[in-house]
Amino acid sequence: MESVFSNVDRAPEDPILGVTVAYNNDPSPAKLNLGVGAYRTEEGKPLVLDVVRRAEQQLVNDPSRVKEYIPIAGFADFNKLSAKLILGADSPAIQESRVATIQCLSGTGSLRVGAEFLKKHYHQSVIFIPKPTWGNHPKVFNLAGLSVEYYRYYDPSTRGLDFQGLLEDLGAAPSGAIVLLHACAHNPTGVDPTSEQWEQIRQLIRSKSLLPFFDSAYQGFASGSLDTDAHSVRTFVADGGECLIAQSYAKNMGLYGERVGALSIVCKSADVASKVESQVKLVVRPMYSSPPIHGASIVATILKSSDMYNDWTIELKGMADRIISMRQQLFDALQAKGTPGDWSHIIKQIGMFTFTGLNKEQVAFMTKEYHIYMTSDGRISMAGLSTRTVPHLVDAIHAAVTRVG
Amino acid sequence: MAMRIRNLASRRTMMMNSSPISGLRSMSSSWWKNVEPAPKDPILGVTEAFLADPSPDKVNVGVGAYRDDNGKPVVLDCVREAERRIAGTSFMEYLPMGGSVKMVEETLKLAYGDNSEFVKDKRIAAVQSLSGTGACRLFADFQKRFCPGSQIYIPVPTWSNHHNIWRDAQVPQKTYHYYHPETKGLDFKGLMDDVKNAPEGSFFLLHACAHNPTGVDPTEEQWREISQLFKAKNHFAFFDMAYQGFASGDPARDAKSIRIFLEDGHHIGISQSYAKNMGLYGQRVGCLSVLCENEKQAVTVKSQLQQLARPMYSNPPLHGAQIVSTILGDPELKSLWLKEVKIMADRIIGMRTTLRESLEKLGSPLSWEHVTKQIGMFCYSGLTPEQVDRLTSEYHIYMTRNGRISMAGVTTGNVGYLANAIHEVTKSS
Repeated sequence: MESVFSNVDRAPEDPILGVTVAYNNDPSPAKLNLGVGAYRTEEGKPLVLDVVRRAEQQLVNDPSRVKEYIPIAGFADFNKLSAKLILGADSPAIQESRVATIQCLSGTGSLRVGAEFLKKHYHQSVIFIPKPTWGNHPKVFNLAGLSVEYYRYYDPSTRGLDFQGLLEDLGAAPSGAIVLLHACAHNPTGVDPTSEQWEQIRQLIRSKSLLPFFDSAYQGFASGSLDTDAHSVRTFVADGGECLIAQSYAKNMGLYGERVGALSIVCKSADVASKVESQVKLVVRPMYSSPPIHGASIVATILKSSDMYNDWTIELKGMADRIISMRQQLFDALQAKGTPGDWSHIIKQIGMFTFTGLNKEQVAFMTKEYHIYMTSDGRISMAGLSTRTVPHLVDAIHAAVTRVG
Repeated sequence: MAMRIRNLASRRTMMMNSSPISGLRSMSSSWWKNVEPAPKDPILGVTEAFLADPSPDKVNVGVGAYRDDNGKPVVLDCVREAERRIAGTSFMEYLPMGGSVKMVEETLKLAYGDNSEFVKDKRIAAVQSLSGTGACRLFADFQKRFCPGSQIYIPVPTWSNHHNIWRDAQVPQKTYHYYHPETKGLDFKGLMDDVKNAPEGSFFLLHACAHNPTGVDPTEEQWREISQLFKAKNHFAFFDMAYQGFASGDPARDAKSIRIFLEDGHHIGISQSYAKNMGLYGQRVGCLSVLCENEKQAVTVKSQLQQLARPMYSNPPLHGAQIVSTILGDPELKSLWLKEVKIMADRIIGMRTTLRESLEKLGSPLSWEHVTKQIGMFCYSGLTPEQVDRLTSEYHIYMTRNGRISMAGVTTGNVGYLANAIHEVTKSS
């Protein structure tokens, strides 16, 4: 019998995951994987936070724990704690019960559920996303039925923010359009607006009645401070307006594979928030019924305990500091070697990724000659770098810049 | 309290409007002011109502989650042991988009057989999914994308969320006859007529075993006839198997319908769930598989399933998959699991017998034969919505208004009370 799916074409390989596949196949002892978007220690190993292990043990040793379905919107305590984390414990929006928070599958799941809700209930179905952005963003919004437009963001000539372009493009957006904003540590560029620039962005967005949709995947991971990294989100919420926020615990709690996140919708009133939550549940039920329990249980355990919370902030700062230190080391080493070009963007950019400015040919050269793996857009994961491997990377960059167009 | 909040809010608005911050539009109205409150989910709403009821006599026979004879939720011993082994060892890295390879391998063995030629020939496109719901949704999205003109035929009745899933995937739905209210059994003739009259190459949703909500399954003979007719009509069979092992106590037996279709050469799709048979409800572990013509096609189809998963949740959750792999990958743990599944199935079968006998002893004028003929977690009692409402308001017994009783919620402690209440509301029928 012929298959009804015999017309199906093979989908292209995921460009980011393909990097790791190639890296794994490389026998060279000098190989370096700077494609991975997951934290690595100085020894190049994945890291499970100590607080996470402790929470895990607590859960497994508790005989009263069950595996029942949790509500469609997830654990109530997890949701409250997540809202507090991003908005601040003293947030009036929380005190006024104006925030609908729904446990979702990490950042991706929060974005998708939020986008589906917008498609059904919001009067505008266009979303403006920065150029460039995480490769999965356009797919998430397209599948939710939203149409995607771009606003200028990265300026290759400065390797910084194209602020004028951003203001122009958002200024030209139709009233009510949705705007995706990276809360901090923009992926893939590492380029964030300054707080003055954020204030101008906020005013523009509010004046045009644009709807902000924050993707917060690196809170605490960028600067080392949970509050600092939430600043952009909090200033928007402080003006009393509405917004959506997708939170992920993948990086800042190292819970990548457990898919833990939350979607918060900040509304004008408690009554509206309650109705909104009920409608978001209708999006979730036909998608996966209810979210997975394990990761969220770990998060709630940690956030609930002031000891564990404090310990977490210390470990989080440790990860952020190591990455910041790698940036400094890489920059200093390139300076010391006299590699041509301005490399200050390495220390100006923030978060896990650096947009090096290397072109496709240079990247291919570095892979072939030096066994260094990164995405072809020149993005390197600072989390994959260590003091030991910085010299090798510097040699490779130097060679690429001086020998390859 | 509400007044205080309103005053706070209006004071803030006043402050905002008079603040020096420029560029603020009048923000008195919400984007969402026209959003209607959504209706409660008919199934999950039952448990919410049950939890809110203070009566000491209350009985929850609503949601389909297993309870032991003390009415308590159960975590299987094999699961506890698996978790002990996993804790402290996992690096919690991202799984691939298609999920845990090991878990999927073991899961396919359950559905397709331990020595399946299809597994050997790598003809099955399979991905880890968010339990049964996630598997059905991925398939529905896949069907929409690659067979855009197609519809899905859904049995009447079915799990209510099936309608939501294919609706949100934007696949038009049709229904086929399934349950016969008079016999409280299968409307086989109605089913076969609908299968025959459907346009050639239609997509059908079939419950592999332990039909939800009726508990009514075709016999093996009937499955063979259905399969033959499907062949003649070139229909696509999508099996939702949420209760393998849980229905009869024997996983191989519960997969019989699927095995018949495979023998007859159908290229089927299957949604598998570990929610009930491993008690992993909240972990959301399952698997979607699609049998293809050859390995190349399977690789292709899998790549496209992953393209649908990526913009939904990127990759599936790790912990539940680890539990499943640990258990099924260890012969001792697997053997323990099979024992524990049989215990659950046997308890339910025992409760069916007790409930029926109790009703007969009470002198009910009605026949309760269907209680023991039906199989799996649910009994389609035949109670009307009005009778169900009386059970709730007068006896604090909670079930869905279609009269579906979750036998898993019935215990030796409450079966008498339940039988009595049912008798009271039906004796004048």
